[in-house]
Amino acid sequence: MYLGRVTGCVWATAKDPGLNGRKLLIVQPLTPDLRDTGKRVVCADCTGAGAGEIVYWLRGKEASFPFLPTEVPVDTAVVGIVDSIHFKPAEPCKPAEHAKPARKR
Amino acid sequence: MLIGRVVGELVSTQKHESHQGRKALLVQPLNLDGTNRGDALIAFDAVDAGVGDRVLVVTEGFSAMTAVGRPQSPIDMAVIGFVDHIDVIPGVA
Repeated sequence: MYLGRVTGCVWATAKDPGLNGRKLLIVQPLTPDLRDTGKRVVCADCTGAGAGEIVYWLRGKEASFPFLPTEVPVDTAVVGIVDSIHFKPAEPCKPAEHAKPARKR
Repeated sequence: MLIGRVVGELVSTQKHESHQGRKALLVQPLNLDGTNRGDALIAFDAVDAGVGDRVLVVTEGFSAMTAVGRPQSPIDMAVIGFVDHIDVIPGVA
């Protein structure tokens, strides 16, 4: 799953009947420090997210599972609205001398 | 599967009901030399991992759902193990 920000929505009148009544959102993928990354995607919505909200979304067949038993032809879906992110940037790993594995090869 | 480092946690109230009670982790994928590889992703926790751990992440739906124990739910990434040690054989990799 990936972080994203909802930047708009898509209206479509002629579409697959499975998509009737489903909201389609435009989502801008984000990095954990909330900078834009990559291109925007159109996602089906199962959470009721609105413009400006930070969400998490996923790609693939799993994106249609929130809408079961209806089989909806989508490959990206917003599955959660993010309240807060506790983010600690990764630092290069430098194990201490005493932390080295004791096992000899 | 990917090697990654847990760099954070995500808090969410409004989400799919199958995600309730599961910890969502921010995982930064890593190269073999420990440098960052691409952007961080969100994976559900199946092994009780925490921030700073070097972990193994599955990035495919079926394996992630099975690991987390929520079949037929919208989950496509899960942390399924800790990486203790990596051996790269010189000249092969």
